Amino acid sequence: MNSSYDIVIIGGGPAGLAAAVSAYDSGARSMIVLERDEQLGGILNQCIHNGFGLHTFKEELTGPEYADRFIRQALERGIEYKLNTMVMDVAADRTVTAMNREDGVFQIKAKAVILAMGCREKPRGALNIPGYRPAGIFSAGTAQRLVNIEGYMPGKEVVVLGSGDIGLIMARRMTLEGAKVKLVAELMPYSGGLKRNIVQCLDDFGIPLMLSHTVVDIEGKEHITAVTIAEVGADLKPIKGTEQRVECDVLLLSCGLIPENELSTAAGVELSPVTKGPVVNESLETGVPGVFACGNVLHVHDLVDYVSEEAARAGAVAAEYISGSSEPGGREITLKAESGVRYTVPMTVRPDRIDDKLTVRFRVGDVYKSAYVSVYFDDERVQHKKKRVISPGEMEQIILTKEQLDSHPDLQTITLKIEQP
Amino acid sequence: MYDVIIIGAGVIGCAVARELTKYKASVLVIEKNEDVCTGTSKANSAIIHSGYDAENGSLKARYNVEGNRMMDELSSQLDVPFKRIGSLTVCTDKARAGELHALKERGERNGVQGLQVLDREQVLELEPHIADDVVAALWAPTAGIVCPFKLTVAMAENAAVNGAEFRFDTRVENIYSQDGAWHIVTDKGEYISRAVVNAAGVYSDVLNNMVSDRKLSITPRRGDYILLDRAVDGYVSHTVFQLPTKLGKGVLVTPTVHGNTIVGPTAIDIEDKESTATTADGIDSVIAMSALSIKALPTRQVITSFAGLRANEAGHDFILGEAEDAEGFFNCAGIASPGLSAAPAIGRYVAGLIRDKLELSEKTDFIAQRKDILDPKKLSLEERNALIKEQPAYGTIVCRCESVTEGEIIDAIHRPVGARSLDGVKRRTRAGMGRCQSGFCSPRVMEILHRELGIDLTQVTKSGGDSYIVNSRTKDGD
Repeated sequence: MNSSYDIVIIGGGPAGLAAAVSAYDSGARSMIVLERDEQLGGILNQCIHNGFGLHTFKEELTGPEYADRFIRQALERGIEYKLNTMVMDVAADRTVTAMNREDGVFQIKAKAVILAMGCREKPRGALNIPGYRPAGIFSAGTAQRLVNIEGYMPGKEVVVLGSGDIGLIMARRMTLEGAKVKLVAELMPYSGGLKRNIVQCLDDFGIPLMLSHTVVDIEGKEHITAVTIAEVGADLKPIKGTEQRVECDVLLLSCGLIPENELSTAAGVELSPVTKGPVVNESLETGVPGVFACGNVLHVHDLVDYVSEEAARAGAVAAEYISGSSEPGGREITLKAESGVRYTVPMTVRPDRIDDKLTVRFRVGDVYKSAYVSVYFDDERVQHKKKRVISPGEMEQIILTKEQLDSHPDLQTITLKIEQP
Repeated sequence: MYDVIIIGAGVIGCAVARELTKYKASVLVIEKNEDVCTGTSKANSAIIHSGYDAENGSLKARYNVEGNRMMDELSSQLDVPFKRIGSLTVCTDKARAGELHALKERGERNGVQGLQVLDREQVLELEPHIADDVVAALWAPTAGIVCPFKLTVAMAENAAVNGAEFRFDTRVENIYSQDGAWHIVTDKGEYISRAVVNAAGVYSDVLNNMVSDRKLSITPRRGDYILLDRAVDGYVSHTVFQLPTKLGKGVLVTPTVHGNTIVGPTAIDIEDKESTATTADGIDSVIAMSALSIKALPTRQVITSFAGLRANEAGHDFILGEAEDAEGFFNCAGIASPGLSAAPAIGRYVAGLIRDKLELSEKTDFIAQRKDILDPKKLSLEERNALIKEQPAYGTIVCRCESVTEGEIIDAIHRPVGARSLDGVKRRTRAGMGRCQSGFCSPRVMEILHRELGIDLTQVTKSGGDSYIVNSRTKDGD
């Protein structure tokens, strides 16, 4: 290990690996991936279900298989990495401080840093669920680790709160392991997960999805014994009289993911209050020069394929950045999210810095049926595309072409909207 | 036969135990739960009151002020985080500002020093986010904040190093006196001693009433709290109380020694001595009432909520000392607020009574100093790397939110009165105390407990008893 690298990649999960491989293929050679776990692959290692890679590899892979494809690519290229290594600080001058058992605390000077730390789950405390605080309450991902990596079951009678994808996957997984999953309660009137997961993980196993329901009480002084579920109104507050008690020995929480940006904040990176990830431009560069972000640390994705795609772009632009071939960006156009669109990634575009087209990803705040995704160049509507269903659980995208941007030299703001017919 | 058996390993029981180990006496602490600091001591405001609030002449007043004065030396001896940040009791009604002066006078009669009534401008200088309605405040510079877990653990460890024994998971079922000795009947057998200390928190009435006709009645008063992320650190930098109104005592907003912000408590009298369940109404009211003293507190940054029970006795004061009709049975009962603040002084006082009763002589080899679990974050880079070279476990971060290393967790497990559960590790090291609330580290801490204690993963618990985390293998787990 050297004390300086051209590129330091923080996180050896799907984002970090794809970024590293792409940076290498774009000409970068001096780089290192720092991974806190004992193996590369990140959270994919515990995602033993299939359904990964349909876009990237045109086949259905399990999480570890998908990770393995990228790990092999990284190994073939001889990309350097350190396992069991926790990055403790990233300074604005791109000095990365990390620690492991062998090297102790060490610092690396980097010309470019790629943030690929992923995200974490929202815990019970942040949800203000009243009641006791016994054992048997897990975020779905923690339970997934216990079951799939450690090989232990947390219990036999399960209630899931939140219909995020990990919760849905775990409802099926626990069922396959012989547990009785009694129901999945979801606060919102729509699911937070992918439609295909509702069908394959709940419907196929007869597990009820109770929309507009939440947990209003937890029983059990030492270990959880029951929860009380209640319906919520339009204000998301429980409706009195709708309570029902459900006995269980496990409560799984799948109520949202939060990009893990403590290091980014320490480096001075500005975060979006909506995505909780860095504010980036078309090159996935944050406000701190030479610091790039990709994957779930940037915004929570629905499919890992999109993570890989986005990370590959981060790797390529970082390689370009360190080669010094990137020229000053020229004019910058702001992207705005309005009328149902919650956010966009990126948040700004410099037309001079994109090749022939740019993918803009976004999520919506509600379920829309037969609505239009519209793109406005200032006041002019330039795209108006009908979609059968648009829902918060699925990431959406639009494509901007360089040609189109170049033909609007005075363009200030690009606005994305959902428009009803 | 022990000289003294202390029932209850909360902050009071551990304070008495430590003080008693200064004397030549055999001391046993019996605790129904699996660790020290599992009842009232673990779920409170984590503050050391100045002592202005208690009624003149009450035991609460006396031992609060005395305990407060002891904290500097004690925290340095025991290596426990304590900060004298001062408290503000804010008043939002001009017509009632005079009450602050009355409180100041009451405090001065209690022996509290440095009390001052501040006008709005002066308050703003201390607390820029004070609510718009605040017109004045009582400033108590001697008030402080402490880590109640670390204080209790430190006193227990130090007592153990000085010879005290601890029996956990041991529930007292009956107490009787026979031939001048006390018999403590537990679910794990009978213990005998010359003197008994009742430090059983919300159960101290039950124990007292087993041996004394001077009946006590403790009504647990539940307090709901919320704890905010360290990202909010600095928003409030003193303990901010509200001047009580007809509607209640209000809530306090205070930083903790670890940089979190705590808001609470409610005050709900209940019957069940174990009912620490929070309620939606309680959490909502804590959040709403914080606005009476602090403007726009980022209450959305909550990382956990919890409830604790104050052991409120019908007479509204502490009950300390030998029961009149039960010789050798010493009460530390009714230890509601300001019990944490008073604990060191209560420990000293009650130990002194027992010393006189049993005619104990002082030890010459009492070890007063105790070092906390080594925190590598406080070392220089060179020191830290030397430590990792010698003990590589200090190079592995287990809890990423609070940057806790494996080395610290191993230390917490193998110390005297060591951690045996996830919560035991959490209270000693802060692993799992951060914003992800143990989502990341709990499987890793389970592994360490399994390895270091030589127990199966299915035997690893959150907090003893039936609080297992996993209970069987998966189908192909074997």
